[in-house]
Amino acid sequence: MNIFVCVKQVPDTETKITPTADGSFIETNSIKWIMNPYDEFAVEQALLVKASNPAANVTVVRVGSVKDTEALRTAMAMGADDAILVEAQDNLDSYSIAKALKGAIEKSGKKPDMILTGKQAIDDDALQVPQVLAQMLDLPSVSVIVGFELSGSTVKVKREIEGGALEVYAVNTPCLLAANKGLNTPRYASLPGIMKAKKKPLAQYSLSDVGVTDADRRVKYSGFRLPPEKPAGKKFDATDAAKQKEVVAQVVGLLRTEAKVI
Amino acid sequence: MANVLVFTELHDGKVKPVTLEILGKLAGQTTDVAVIGDLSSEEVAVLAKHGAANVHKLKGSNLDKYSPEGYANALANFIKSKSYDYVFGGATSMGKDLLPRLATQFDAGLASDVVNFTMDGGVFAGTRPLFAGKCLAKVELTGPKPHFVSIRPNALGMTEGLTAGAGAAHDVAADAGNIRAAIAEIVKAASSKVDLTEANIIVSGGRAMKSAENFKILEELADTIGATVGASRAAVDSGFAPHAMQVGQTGKTVAPSLYIACGISGAIQHLAGMRTSKVIVAINTDPDAPIFTKADYGIVGDLFTIVPIMKEEFKKLLGK
Amino acid sequence: MEFGLTQEQIEIKELALKFSRNEIIPVAAQFDEEGKFPKDIFKKAWELGLINTCIPAEYGGAGFSALDSVIISEALSYGCMGFNTSFMANDLALLPIVLGGNDEQKKKFLTPFTTEFRVASFCLTEPGNGSDAAGIKTSVKDGGDHWIINGEKMWITNAGYADLFVVYATLDPALKHKGICALVVDGKTEGIVLGKKEDKMGHRSSDTRGVRFNNVKVPKENMLGNPGDGWSIAMNTLDHSRPLVASSALGGAQRAMDLSIQYSKERIQFGVPLAKHQAIQFMIAEMGMKIEASRLLIHKAAWLCDQGIRNTEIASYAKAFASDSCMQITTDAVQIYGGYGYSKEYPVEKLMRDAKLIQIYEGTSQIQRLVMARELLK
Repeated sequence: MNIFVCVKQVPDTETKITPTADGSFIETNSIKWIMNPYDEFAVEQALLVKASNPAANVTVVRVGSVKDTEALRTAMAMGADDAILVEAQDNLDSYSIAKALKGAIEKSGKKPDMILTGKQAIDDDALQVPQVLAQMLDLPSVSVIVGFELSGSTVKVKREIEGGALEVYAVNTPCLLAANKGLNTPRYASLPGIMKAKKKPLAQYSLSDVGVTDADRRVKYSGFRLPPEKPAGKKFDATDAAKQKEVVAQVVGLLRTEAKVI
Repeated sequence: MANVLVFTELHDGKVKPVTLEILGKLAGQTTDVAVIGDLSSEEVAVLAKHGAANVHKLKGSNLDKYSPEGYANALANFIKSKSYDYVFGGATSMGKDLLPRLATQFDAGLASDVVNFTMDGGVFAGTRPLFAGKCLAKVELTGPKPHFVSIRPNALGMTEGLTAGAGAAHDVAADAGNIRAAIAEIVKAASSKVDLTEANIIVSGGRAMKSAENFKILEELADTIGATVGASRAAVDSGFAPHAMQVGQTGKTVAPSLYIACGISGAIQHLAGMRTSKVIVAINTDPDAPIFTKADYGIVGDLFTIVPIMKEEFKKLLGK
Repeated sequence: MEFGLTQEQIEIKELALKFSRNEIIPVAAQFDEEGKFPKDIFKKAWELGLINTCIPAEYGGAGFSALDSVIISEALSYGCMGFNTSFMANDLALLPIVLGGNDEQKKKFLTPFTTEFRVASFCLTEPGNGSDAAGIKTSVKDGGDHWIINGEKMWITNAGYADLFVVYATLDPALKHKGICALVVDGKTEGIVLGKKEDKMGHRSSDTRGVRFNNVKVPKENMLGNPGDGWSIAMNTLDHSRPLVASSALGGAQRAMDLSIQYSKERIQFGVPLAKHQAIQFMIAEMGMKIEASRLLIHKAAWLCDQGIRNTEIASYAKAFASDSCMQITTDAVQIYGGYGYSKEYPVEKLMRDAKLIQIYEGTSQIQRLVMARELLK
């Protein structure tokens, strides 16, 4: 059984994000990189499957810059068998990334039985790569999964939708599943795991090796900027009983029209 | 001017509000709406009022329930039969799952979770948050058409002064094709109360609640808006609420989109636990309470009168 | 000259810090309050390979260098100095075996610590002898085919849970340090009587007790080195353990500084954040300076160990400077937090209580200065 886990390396959630002076992207020099947190659930799920199918092989794949390979090393230290890195700049769009992942998986020569990903990467928050990759590989997919039960070649997964309701799918392998928080508790990479990871194979490809060119870009980003400063709060006096209803109605209205949280 | 299709989802037979937000913003373009399944003439009229020229109702077998492949196949076949420049949809649970698959059937790009956009000269240019909202960027699309856009609900808001469209309804025979991942069942949320740390809206009470019984008014407000109830340390220490409800340094750290603090003065340990809330509403009788320095909307007044009024106002707003 | 950590050391540090943030920090205050031993967390840290870092690879350990060990210890102590005392006590007890044991003893005593979770305890101090370690009274007598230990030990970390004790005892107090022996004692041996758990100011989660040895019989092959080698084994152990203990102070100091920086940016006084006030800035600058200097001393002391160069002087610099700095830094952290800092609601008062012990155990700050002076003036 061949399991592929697609991981992305993203800035640590605590990291301060600063747009570059020309607004073309963000400053990446001082960033501390981590494995995308949702991808940790995908790696863990793959390792859980491997635990009950010792013959399974778990390959982690990442498209991104080589200056720090934290995500792949972490995944291998957790227990993944091998890794593929497709070298690319950090601001590729979802379509190019999915196409590069497809190319890398095909180039590995292993036919995927299951592809696991996080439901989204917390850098561009695009929520596209899992479904785009599934469509490119003509695989069924379920995203935002919080439950996983594999029996034979059928996986029963639970997908979380609005309001906490769950859609239950039964899907046959090969398939692609995108993990949400709550699917499992990711293990730590152990110290022996960190040592072992150094000896595990890491294949490295360029974008052209996996058939991706500039013409594959579909989404162009520019004008990166910080969001406007939060304005000072508004204070309303509702001590006068006659005005209370009016004031409260006004605040409730603002919560929808201005704050847009209701 | 561009030819645009807006895909609408239904909720209890009604089009989702995000569809109307999108339609309003698309005034000036030629805009059709597609829905999977049937739609009442009243709802078609609502779509027409917001600018829909045509409303296409895609009907076929295996489309009664959502499936990523079935919906994508049905919509793709329909879109191929027309010539749209853009396809819009809401960035909802379904939209986020469906639109990337659908766009890829055309090898086309998708700008996701867009919060604002322009259509100057019929060309889309949007704004979207990245890095969990720490950054905004301009987003444009290139490559094969149609181009796809998903819009974050509640981001655009409703447009004033609508331009109506013809709203001609059409039934379209749709083919779901081969569905390999299908919904076997839907499990309703076990409890409407989400955990504090996961809650999207929190209503919290402080020492001014005076007793455990009084938390009932917070529960009622919370039920109206789908919120979870929390408490300050002062309220927990006074025995008004269990520790599991405590928000703050020694309780839970929360980051809901809306935090309503009722009778909470705003001790620093409380602020530490909720300062990353997106929008904070504070209700307190003391106009100098520190909580007001953190609140986006402060109401100076007695929570025992304000909270019930607020519940009624929310009911009105939410049409409950 | 190379000041940076290797890629592997960075990964090890990240793992240990992640463990501290996820597993230790959220519960440390509660364990402190209840004075409860964190056995499950200890075991979890062992499963990840963060414990017993001194065991060489040939006996089943990870083969860490002394520098690796202090990096791990600093990160775990960042979570809680008290927890780290329990964790570190295993190393303090196993180090004499690593340094003074023969191959047979290392196989027999070290390897079990790599295959199952076990707790070890180091028994040197006695009710009447702390800093004056050469004056210990606990006796060891030749019982024919075994040794017999009698006496009382004090302030023994991990005693209540120990599977193994390393005990220092004397053949004859008149021989002073020349009569001291180091023996490995199985925790289940008859005649070991545990005192009650000490109710301490800080490090309240660590299990600290008196231990009485009543005619405890120990197999002949359990003595490390020859009779009378105990003192040199103990001194050699200290050269290795002082950088480790110093790194525990460093972890606590780093935590106090991080909390101070965070709080001083949040807390508004006189209309501006505390961090805008020069008085606070000076305290934070002082913290950063002392932490960096502590780290450099500790890393050098550990590096000397790894090079096989005698580090007695530098190890004492590191231990005294890091623990004294930690005391100052945690005290200032409480000062920056003001009234809140004095309350148990906030984490800094615990750091201040925990810091105090590191100036005392494993050679007080005053003893370290004696060692330094002796080295400098010889």
